[in-house]
Amino acid sequence: MSNVDLKTKWLGLELKSPIVLGSSPLSLRREAVRQLDELGAAAVVMPSLYEEELEHDETEIQHLLEFATESTGEATEFMPELEDYHIGTRDYLENLKGIKDIVSIPVIGSICATSASGWREYAKQMESAGADAIELNSFFVPTDPKLTSADVEARYVDTVADVAKSVKIPISVKLGPYLSAPANLARRLVDAGASGLTLFNRFEQPDIDLEELHIIQDHHLSGPEDIGHTLRWIGILRGQHPEISLAATSGIHFADCVVKMLLAGADVAMMTGAVIRNGPGHLAMVLEGVRAWLEEHEDDSVEQVKGSMCQTKCEEPVEYERAHHLKPLIHYTHEA
Amino acid sequence: MSEKTFITVDGNEAAARIAHLCSEVIALFPISPSTPMGELCDAWSAAGKGNVWGDTPVVLQMQSEAGAAGAAHGALQAGALTTTFTASQGLLLMIPNMFKIAGELTPTVFHIAARALATHALSIFGDHSDVMSARSTGWAMLSSGGVQEAHDLALVSHAATLRARLPFMHFFDGFRTSHELNKIEALSPETVLSMLDPELVLAHRDRGLCPERPVLRGTAQNPDVFFQAREAANPWYLELPGIVQKTMDELAGKTGRQYKLFDYVGAPDAERVIVMMGSGAGAAEEAIAKQNDAGEKVGLVKVRLFRPFSNVDLLAAVPKTAKKIGVLDRCKEPGSAGEPLYQDILTAFAEAHAEGTIDAMPRIVGGRYGLSSKEFTPAMTAGIYAELGRDAPKNHFTMGIVDDVTHTSIEYDKSFTTESDKVVRAVFYGLGSDGTVGASKSSVKIINGTTDLYAQGYFVYDSRKAGAVTVSHLRFGPETINSSYLIGEASFVACHAFGFTQRMDVLGEAAKGATFLLNTPFAADEVWDELPQEMQQQIIEKELKVYCINAYAIARQVGLGHRINMVMQTCFFSLAGVIPKDQAITAIKGMIKKTYGKLGEKIVNKNINAVDEALANLHAVKIPGKSTSEKRRIPPVPDHAEDFVKRVTGMIIDGKGDMLPVSALPPDGTFPVATTRYERRGIAQQVPIWDSSLCIQCSKCSIACPHAAIRAKIFDPEKLGADAGNGRPETFETLSWKGNDFKGMEMRIQVAPDDCTGCGICVDVCPARSKEEVKHKAINMSPRLDHLDVERANWDYFIDQPDLDRRLIKPGQVRTAQMFEPMFEFSSACAGCGETPYLKLVTQLFGDRMVVANATGCSSIYGGNLPTTPWSKGQHGRGPAWANSLFEDNAEFGLGMRLALDQQESQARRLLGKMAPKVGEALAKAILECKQLDEADIYEQRQRVTELRKRLEGDESDDAKALKVVAEDLVRQSVWIIGGDGWAYDIGFGGLDHALASGRDVNILVLDTEVYSNTGGQSSKSTPRSAIAKFAAKGKRTGKKDMGMIAMSYGNVYVGQVAMGGNDTHTLKTLIEAESWRGPSLILAYSHCVAHGIDMGKGMQHQKEAVDTAYWPLYRYDPRLAAAGNAPFRLDSKRRTPSVHDYLLKEARFAMLARSRPDDAEELFGALQQDIDARWHLYEQMSALAPIEQTEAEESD
Repeated sequence: MSNVDLKTKWLGLELKSPIVLGSSPLSLRREAVRQLDELGAAAVVMPSLYEEELEHDETEIQHLLEFATESTGEATEFMPELEDYHIGTRDYLENLKGIKDIVSIPVIGSICATSASGWREYAKQMESAGADAIELNSFFVPTDPKLTSADVEARYVDTVADVAKSVKIPISVKLGPYLSAPANLARRLVDAGASGLTLFNRFEQPDIDLEELHIIQDHHLSGPEDIGHTLRWIGILRGQHPEISLAATSGIHFADCVVKMLLAGADVAMMTGAVIRNGPGHLAMVLEGVRAWLEEHEDDSVEQVKGSMCQTKCEEPVEYERAHHLKPLIHYTHEA
Repeated sequence: MSEKTFITVDGNEAAARIAHLCSEVIALFPISPSTPMGELCDAWSAAGKGNVWGDTPVVLQMQSEAGAAGAAHGALQAGALTTTFTASQGLLLMIPNMFKIAGELTPTVFHIAARALATHALSIFGDHSDVMSARSTGWAMLSSGGVQEAHDLALVSHAATLRARLPFMHFFDGFRTSHELNKIEALSPETVLSMLDPELVLAHRDRGLCPERPVLRGTAQNPDVFFQAREAANPWYLELPGIVQKTMDELAGKTGRQYKLFDYVGAPDAERVIVMMGSGAGAAEEAIAKQNDAGEKVGLVKVRLFRPFSNVDLLAAVPKTAKKIGVLDRCKEPGSAGEPLYQDILTAFAEAHAEGTIDAMPRIVGGRYGLSSKEFTPAMTAGIYAELGRDAPKNHFTMGIVDDVTHTSIEYDKSFTTESDKVVRAVFYGLGSDGTVGASKSSVKIINGTTDLYAQGYFVYDSRKAGAVTVSHLRFGPETINSSYLIGEASFVACHAFGFTQRMDVLGEAAKGATFLLNTPFAADEVWDELPQEMQQQIIEKELKVYCINAYAIARQVGLGHRINMVMQTCFFSLAGVIPKDQAITAIKGMIKKTYGKLGEKIVNKNINAVDEALANLHAVKIPGKSTSEKRRIPPVPDHAEDFVKRVTGMIIDGKGDMLPVSALPPDGTFPVATTRYERRGIAQQVPIWDSSLCIQCSKCSIACPHAAIRAKIFDPEKLGADAGNGRPETFETLSWKGNDFKGMEMRIQVAPDDCTGCGICVDVCPARSKEEVKHKAINMSPRLDHLDVERANWDYFIDQPDLDRRLIKPGQVRTAQMFEPMFEFSSACAGCGETPYLKLVTQLFGDRMVVANATGCSSIYGGNLPTTPWSKGQHGRGPAWANSLFEDNAEFGLGMRLALDQQESQARRLLGKMAPKVGEALAKAILECKQLDEADIYEQRQRVTELRKRLEGDESDDAKALKVVAEDLVRQSVWIIGGDGWAYDIGFGGLDHALASGRDVNILVLDTEVYSNTGGQSSKSTPRSAIAKFAAKGKRTGKKDMGMIAMSYGNVYVGQVAMGGNDTHTLKTLIEAESWRGPSLILAYSHCVAHGIDMGKGMQHQKEAVDTAYWPLYRYDPRLAAAGNAPFRLDSKRRTPSVHDYLLKEARFAMLARSRPDDAEELFGALQQDIDARWHLYEQMSALAPIEQTEAEESD
């Protein structure tokens, strides 16, 4: 039996391993989540509760129930009224509770709201339902030309401050990769009350159907080639903020990805696409790979290596900052 | 007496609540206006609501009313307490079983929303024609005159039927009572239970068939005993009136509401008495009160129990002082000695007089009133009393119409009114689906539910499905409101659609000094100038107080889209003063939470915001002292319309049909065609505008247009004129035809801007896009008003241009087939209707020689409901000849047409053969041998028939005269039997099957929406598994019937399954092949529908997905192929998407199941996928069948 300690601490939560099941519909499948708990998953993040979706559903169902009604005497309505439309947050919260009931690991609620009251109220409801922490899925596409980058950042910061005042459970902010000043924003989010950051969100992307000439949504899962951007900012931010929780997400498919993130400074790595593709057993395999790597490198624990290669602790800090493909910049002399 | 509970319900719900509490089995079939009773019971049972014994009644929708009655009969024979609901033709279909049920002394209650019977025309509206037609069945007949009575007497019926062992028809007036919303005192389940004797329930059960105590019921009897056995039931009939009265008395003891078999109201010493049944009594009572207050001596007998008719109780009810009795029947029995109630009253008095029971015989006259919900008012009542006051009152009179033909009508003083100053009377004009009716219903419920006041609501709907106008009539007052007539003097009028002000007289009912609320895009200081002169004049003369609000802007602003109900309701309460404004606002907000709470907090908040914004944006309009507008109200039909259209149709369009005298109307129900073109309703906000630079001349826009409002035409440039010299508008751009078939010709795509409904289907199907801006197509929706003048002129010019010679057009190509002139245009079907494109296409192909039998349903309503019809005729003057018989008999109806036409053709051929030496052997031979296979053949045959007629001119022989009449049958007539799936799969299936089996040349077109569309979305046997529909609210559990396979089993039936949005060319070819087959053809046409819960502008996309997922495979089965030794079945579509799941989630009928019952959805969607897979697999196998090898023996046969 290995003596390597896989435990880690994230958002103030004591976790049994550094691999968290990231936010996706898989988190709603109770049997799969229960199995993942047994296989070593450290926590589970619920899929996001989208305020836009709730509002859309409410509006659509109202329209539907009123569609083509009260026009002719023979047919004053077309759709029978149904007993339950499963509107609002009830189903989400029941799912969260249901997952909580069957697992021993922390369950993290996730919110993507469009209004201040949405962020606040949903967070409170999730806390009441037993969520161990909240992930704020904060990114939005700022198409309004009048909206400045400062406005966008202020919205993120204000949201965090508002939610932090409303709940007692820890908050992690899931950031999108497209930010003008991530380091500064990270600082401000922490100051506003965030306990941690999740880097980075992965989005639906538009595509073009070349035959039908329609814009369509691209549904690709992440691949291991996608980890670079996350690795960069985990490494940079860990150097700047030794105290905050960092979670790495997007492209975590194999044990080496997890290890790299831990070395760069992540407290946990979130797996989603790889588990969806390969099934719960994949997570166990990755975890075993992490354990093997630590053993092989004679490391005692995850905590020992976490951040050991962040920007301030590695031998090549400038590589975290390099964005362009230059010829190798060789230092011919050592600068005093 | 227990604590009173008041509820606000309509007559249907009032009766249905009792029926559900008192029943164990409910077998039914939807028919207006009784449909809601069944739907409510189904919803209650689906929700697990029990009857008074705690059991949940089983509710089963049958295939017809005949089926419902049969199932009810069976359930009764097996001992269950059973009920059903019906009306009109539905009741007629039940009559055979009703005789049986009564003959077997079986207790049951059928609740009837009494409705007119189809005679010269169908009418969905109320009168007593149906129940009177069932009066000989041996059933007790109990009549309710209002909503409270419908509740109370429903219970009396259910209680008395057990006591009397005779079945009851409990009836109330369709729409006037069935759909009137009123405040009533609810009977508690405990009260209901206390009226139902448990011993009698058990006795009924014991009489049920049971192998433990076997009996035989339903024998055949011979002359020796039948008669006696029939008389053996007499004691039960003799006892029934007493039982009913006792039951009424018992109810009175529990509720304080006393009913009598014949209720008398009025002066105890009345000299003039009216006798009537039903809701008209409400109006009559008001008149009586006013007249007696004025010192007259008049009275009214309200007949409750019509069968068995109790002479004794009638005579007891009529004051001895009565010298004149006017008996009013709400039905007509042509050729009778008098209408039924009149005859009974007359008989009762005559017998009594003959027997010496009464000293003097009063003068008794009968009259008809209120047919098809014709208004019956206090003024009319006063008019009847005035007539009774004459020495020789008119007998067999009519009231409420002007009969200038046989002069039956009596006049009355229209200024007589009984409306009280204490009652607020409000009239609301709204567009269908804009929330006006919903808001009005909500207002009634708010007042009834939160105050001691009483409120009544009645709603007048449109028969048009697109651009429908609704008028809500609301009364609010301190006492019970029984005014059973429309509001004539409104203290408040609201117009929720500004466009109405330009076309309709919305202020006709406004009383002097009334308040007028107008929803308008114009500001308070601008709106006056936008009103037509007539309206300005009315405002000034009636001294109206006018307020305006831009409700659409507010609704959009708060996120409610076009739903303006909350805004307008708030304004009403703010202005009308029914209750204090603050109290009203609190109540509205409470109602919002109650109504929308189930749908979520955000919806609630949006509606509450609408209330607050309405209050802040309601403005008074300053009224100048005189009319200043130069605008005039748009006339209902243009000046160039034909005489009948101007005299009659125009009046009906203008809402003045009530003023038409008898002489104005065709006595046999025959009307001219091609009249929708005069309406020019202008209901679209946006219309498609053609960009010729992008057009690829595919004509897909034209074939897909449900309203024939966008058309393609090819012109000869020489005849067209190169410039505006021949009246051609400068904007009338054309495009050179791209193709060798019409080389050198020009074409144009043209919108009819006043007839388009703005559905957008044409734009959706247009495949031609701009290279520079992909969203810009060859046609694009654009604001109608921006293009109106230009496109109106273009349309007028376009439509006047000659159509292409039909012989030149290749019918099998969509782009050219669209050059055939449509003879089905501008129907009032829903915007974006999925049925009408097929009808239009059929008329394009065969309209000039087409006879149509149309089943009752959506297509008969948008096809044949007055004022206008879309069935049209071409420039040549020929067009489809159309008739509707009933719902259930359409295949037989059409088959009969075929038989007649075949017979006439046969006669013509015989006569022509006989007269060949006279008319010319060559001509006769050419006519008799012409195969008429294509347009050229048809054209030549027509020419020959014309020549034949010419040659017969002057020949007065019998043969020549006969041949002249039937000669037109020598041109091939195409019989089309058309209807929806409710008809084809359910109620008309037996007849349809027989028509298929007949081998006759009929073309059956099933417009398959997979649901009963016309009556509001009830499940049919075409409804697929898992779809939500009425009577399948938890998703349909059984699969769709494969009608095509059934038809194919005959071997000699051409069968085609088409979906225009899936493949328009396939649809076209299938129709042509089907019509060319000289035997029976069946075409199943997928028709998207509002009942599917889809964006109707994308209906063709849904059709495409239905085909691509194999949900709706396209195929053809052609017996000619089999005869030629080939496989007759061709599977014409490809299965591009293996799973139907994503498609299902795009249609609310399926998606709502996934939302409402996700576990069931998973199971049922899976089962539906299996249905689809199995059917596809079968079709693939059939299409792969090897050609049939004929053996020598078979060949020699």
